[in-house]
Amino acid sequence: MDPARIDRDYPQGTNFQLLVAQQQLARMGVVDDAQGTQATAYRTLLSSELKFRAADLVRRDPSVIGQTVEITAPMSDDADLYYKGEITRDEDAALRRVSDRQMEWLDDLKRDGSVTSGFNTLLFTQGDSTEPELAGVLGAVVGSALMLLVTALIAIPLGVGAAVYLEEFARKGRITDLIEVNINNLAAVPSIVYGLLGLALFINFAHLPRSSPLVGGLVLALMALPTIIIATRSSLKAVPPSIREAALAMGASRTQTVFHHVLPLAMPGVMTGTIISMAHALGETAPLLLIGMVSFVPGIPGAITEPAGALPSLVYIWENASELAFHERTAAAILVLLVFMIVMNAAAILLRRRFERRW
Amino acid sequence: MIWFLIPVVAVLAVVAYAAGLALAKRRAAGHPQAHSRPQQHGYYALIWVAAPALAVIILAGIFSGPIAQNLISAGLPDVVQDMEPFRRDAFLNDARLLGEGQRPFQTWTGPLAEALESEAARSAGIQRTLMWGGIAGAALAALLGGLLAFAQIGPTLRARNRVEGWIGGLLFACSVVAILTTVGIVFSLVFDAVRFFDRVSITEFLFGTQWSPQIAIRADQVGSTGAFGAVPLFAGTFLIMLIAMAVAAPVGLFSAIYLSEYAGPITRGVVKPMLEILAGVPTVVYGFFAALTVGPAFREFFNGIGALLVGGPLDGLGQYLMLVQNQMALVAGTVMGIMLIPFVSSLSDDIINAVPQSLRDGSYAMGATKSETVSRVLLPAALPGIAGAMLLAVSRAIGETMIVTMAAGLAANLTLNPLDTVTTVTVQIVTLLTGDQEFDSAKTLAAFGLGLTLFIVTLLLNIVAQRIVQTYREQYD
Repeated sequence: MDPARIDRDYPQGTNFQLLVAQQQLARMGVVDDAQGTQATAYRTLLSSELKFRAADLVRRDPSVIGQTVEITAPMSDDADLYYKGEITRDEDAALRRVSDRQMEWLDDLKRDGSVTSGFNTLLFTQGDSTEPELAGVLGAVVGSALMLLVTALIAIPLGVGAAVYLEEFARKGRITDLIEVNINNLAAVPSIVYGLLGLALFINFAHLPRSSPLVGGLVLALMALPTIIIATRSSLKAVPPSIREAALAMGASRTQTVFHHVLPLAMPGVMTGTIISMAHALGETAPLLLIGMVSFVPGIPGAITEPAGALPSLVYIWENASELAFHERTAAAILVLLVFMIVMNAAAILLRRRFERRW
Repeated sequence: MIWFLIPVVAVLAVVAYAAGLALAKRRAAGHPQAHSRPQQHGYYALIWVAAPALAVIILAGIFSGPIAQNLISAGLPDVVQDMEPFRRDAFLNDARLLGEGQRPFQTWTGPLAEALESEAARSAGIQRTLMWGGIAGAALAALLGGLLAFAQIGPTLRARNRVEGWIGGLLFACSVVAILTTVGIVFSLVFDAVRFFDRVSITEFLFGTQWSPQIAIRADQVGSTGAFGAVPLFAGTFLIMLIAMAVAAPVGLFSAIYLSEYAGPITRGVVKPMLEILAGVPTVVYGFFAALTVGPAFREFFNGIGALLVGGPLDGLGQYLMLVQNQMALVAGTVMGIMLIPFVSSLSDDIINAVPQSLRDGSYAMGATKSETVSRVLLPAALPGIAGAMLLAVSRAIGETMIVTMAAGLAANLTLNPLDTVTTVTVQIVTLLTGDQEFDSAKTLAAFGLGLTLFIVTLLLNIVAQRIVQTYREQYD
């Protein structure tokens, strides 16, 4: 912690990566040229997280200035790929992202034991970043959660209400038929068409904020609605007529019969259908591309009207990224997404197994 | 925004419920034959407080924006009035931001700087007036509704029937949302598609064989002709759909036959939930699988075969195979087929299970074996239903977006060669609408033309498929 280089009141102004690079080169006895090309080349092997951690350390305890301290921070993605054998010396030196000299430095670091490998927990605690080693899924997880919240709040009451009406109240007639045909067709409309609807209706017409969980949630709610209606109707159908007749015979009105007896008995089926459709909404990507949820959003969203990412669109963004290291991150993000999906689907299946009643 | 009033209304509604309940109890004292129970009176009061207030809030939320805009643009000073429309919008937006206490986006100079200050104050004033107007309106509506309800509450009021009438209406409104969604889809697609077909004739779009949606910015630019012939996209979509169905139809159908006719209860109990979970895997995951695993594997396979053939009698074919790319129609089609397997399987399973047991029993009684029963009795009986299921799968394949976006290419080649790069309708919609967009260029509007085509085709497929499945079901009911 060179006192000449670190401003006690403004530690984040110090280029700690360069500082470390120069010290390492000095330790190895390498003499740098006037432009500092060697130090710059060395510096790119260290991630900017080093700077944040060092500045943080100084801010918390300014007395470390002048001392030698040990800081652990991720290496840059290129260094990481070299250690993992994804970048090798066999490749054309002009095309590869790590030069021969950088490789020697990296080998040197490895030999003297200053490089350790470990689990990069930044994946779970950070938002998206342009640097693969610092990019995390938390922002997208929060964005997806906010979006699902909007979807659930809109789609579940509307869907269950519509199903109850169609199954228990509606008289057979032209309007009911029209609604039925409509719902069956809506269930099979391609998801990207819902994206076009969201773009035209919610963004261009209603001027709701682009890339926000609010718009995403609204679009997914419209998409999930037919599925919830169909699932709820089939579980209402499964409740035997004798239950209804008994309630009506005791003097209950139709509304009381439905809300006190039929709907509670159909609840396990309704929950199963709802969870499955929510899981489906969580994994849906195509409509999100059209309403702007593929833009780069670094932070963690705090409200449903702020720009946010979503887990599946993060997978898409990272898969498209040019840095090779993002492909590994994509696989990690997919695992996170799949864990959510499998937990939700398994919960639905268990719920059905546990509570399903055959009459 | 006025939406913050909704929680306030919720609290008011709960208070109204408690008050209505208490009032009904007091007024019913000494009347053993009161029509409705006190709780139902409470709900009656709740509805009459909440519904009018919510109606006012929703109306205010929808219309206050346009009204404010009209009021603001009605009294603009001349400096602002004379600006170009585009700059005026930016100016007014900044004035609004400043009025809300935020920082404007641009720096305005000269007379505009002064105008910005006064406009900001004026716009903030208009917004404030409208906001207070909305709040007053909502309060008045709640008060009037509440007074009406409280005046009526009494032992003879048929509160239960009235509350149930409201509930019935509410449920009906929920199911109307489905119709509104369809109307919304049709309107939003047709509105922009019509604007597109103003610029590009519908015959050129449907029958043209040249697709290059980049429009020249300079007149002398090369390679940006702005051709909107969608036939290559339709061909690409069709090709990928065919490959997907070639994978999904046999595998899905046979797995359904196995599960419903051959598998024991234990196998069924394990495999069916697995298939359901497979059906829940997001398509973006299949896209990743296609782009990073299947694509390179297929390329290496074909390049390897090509290397073997080069120099032999099939030298030309070998040369071609050596140059095959990751992004071929075969990759996207195969992975899409894998994605469709659970869908086809569960639909076919339902259909096969709907074939009456008596048909199977009759066949076994005549001495037929299991496989004879399946191929001679079961499949012919289930055929119409299975055809319907396949049509639904075709419609899914046509509308699938993520797999093709990630694994098929962008080049609009008019070809039926599965090793070539093709593009699809959905890929082009995504490409045209992500990134920078301006909403009056043919390039952006083309996406809505494509979307409308996609919607119509899948709709027709679904209607036909559902009709087939429906008739099939009725046949055995």
